[in-house]
Amino acid sequence: MEQPIVHEASGGFPNLVKTRLHKVLSEIGHAFTLFFQTLIQIFRPPFQFDLLVKQLLLIGFNSLAVVIVSGFFTGMVLGVQGYIQLKPYAVEGSVARFVCVSVVKELGPMITAFVLAGRIGASITAELSTMKVTEQIDALKVMGTNPVKYLVVPRFLACSIMLPTLTIYSTFAGIGGGFVAVVTLFDVNGSFFLLEVQKNLFVGSVLISLIKATSFGMAIAAVGCYKGFSISTAGGAEGVGIATTGSAVISLIAILVLDFVLNHILFNILGLV
Amino acid sequence: MISIRNVTKTFGGKNVLNGLSLEIPRGETLVIMGQSGCGKSVLLKIITGLISADSGEIWFDGTEISSLNGKKLNTLRRRIGMLFQSAALFDSMTVAENVAFMLDQHTDLDKQEMHKVVDEKLSLVDLAGVQDLRPAELSGGMRKRVGLARALAFDPEVIFYDEPTTGLDPVTCTEINQLIRDLHERLQVTSVVVTHDMHSAFSVATRMAMIHEGRQIAYGSPDEMINIDDPILQQFILFGAPDQILNMENPILKTYLGR
Repeated sequence: MEQPIVHEASGGFPNLVKTRLHKVLSEIGHAFTLFFQTLIQIFRPPFQFDLLVKQLLLIGFNSLAVVIVSGFFTGMVLGVQGYIQLKPYAVEGSVARFVCVSVVKELGPMITAFVLAGRIGASITAELSTMKVTEQIDALKVMGTNPVKYLVVPRFLACSIMLPTLTIYSTFAGIGGGFVAVVTLFDVNGSFFLLEVQKNLFVGSVLISLIKATSFGMAIAAVGCYKGFSISTAGGAEGVGIATTGSAVISLIAILVLDFVLNHILFNILGLV
Repeated sequence: MISIRNVTKTFGGKNVLNGLSLEIPRGETLVIMGQSGCGKSVLLKIITGLISADSGEIWFDGTEISSLNGKKLNTLRRRIGMLFQSAALFDSMTVAENVAFMLDQHTDLDKQEMHKVVDEKLSLVDLAGVQDLRPAELSGGMRKRVGLARALAFDPEVIFYDEPTTGLDPVTCTEINQLIRDLHERLQVTSVVVTHDMHSAFSVATRMAMIHEGRQIAYGSPDEMINIDDPILQQFILFGAPDQILNMENPILKTYLGR
């Protein structure tokens, strides 16, 4: 009895890898199909601005406080760590530059994206997958409404618009956090800190930050909507839970991968500062 | 009105529909019956274009629907209404917003005109004063009624009912059956009811079709169905049909009752 099991196990592993790979590639293909359908539907009338405004408020306004708090404390940590690391080399005066460059180019968009991936990406998936399981998406189709146009487009646009907007707040909060930490805890002059920030804040850096944030916003919405749509009607409550967790995890990974790719393109290829 | 020709559909190697052909005449209430998992709901989803058949044709008033692109299919869908098994109401909207959804999406009616249509459709299903409630605040029977009012909002030519009485108590089942009959008489719409509830089937049908193993095995009026000598159909009728239609002097029923 054992022989076929061993045989199956040794022959089964490549098959298992093949099946998994096929599943992953198929999911990526479907996700990109949804992404391109969304891009097409954005430009097709009718334009439902009321749905967009609703999502802008839901995604933007309701996330503002958490984004500012996250940005502020990240800035504080950066300020404290930067000062401690730079002091032995007697270059603690560069802490403002360290905080400014890190927050503007990297941590501002990244922290905002992480907060929104957990808060909004997961919520989009939970909402859409529940609609799928309860046949509400089928009902939309039967009533002659395109679910991509009605459900995905407003969420995709709102994420793409609100991510850079929130990133601006989170960046200011981060620099503010660094300022508060360094000025109150260490012997750094506040005016000097602000002057250094002003000297190191370039248009190119802000542009990089906004390009990254917009891309992260698109990724969060695309993953959230795809995971919500990809659940089977028979998935039930368990399926909704799995899809929601999957959405948060994939969004976080997508943000990290995108960040690397964008860093390479923007800094190495395009040579932005 | 609707012609289903040699439709096949396979899920995971299992033939759910196996060359099914069926005619749905205009103005009739056709009940499609069959055991759970025999492909009734799949057939409904294929007719409404929610899933595509592996092969075969679905003709809707002279148009073959599998050949339609998204836009044309959506235009055709405005001619149909569907009551889902779970009612499928949008839980983020009020009852009034649910009923007015198609009008809001596909017409230029102003709010006042939409309110008028909503009130009219809700009164058709004997519901009033629930416009501002959310679906979660409604009972199962009320949800089905709102689902039906929503299906009626665009004055459809065909209404599809997917298991309209499933999960309801006997009194509410009777009310829903009465409602389906009333709507058929008042609006003269073509209705397609998918069910395995034989009480409901005999209560609303003007035509019946029995599906077994993905094929149609019987078709006719309720009276004709009782006289069709098919063991699967007769089992269904004997164990499910209401007493008043079971004439035990019927030789065919007697034969199967004896077994």
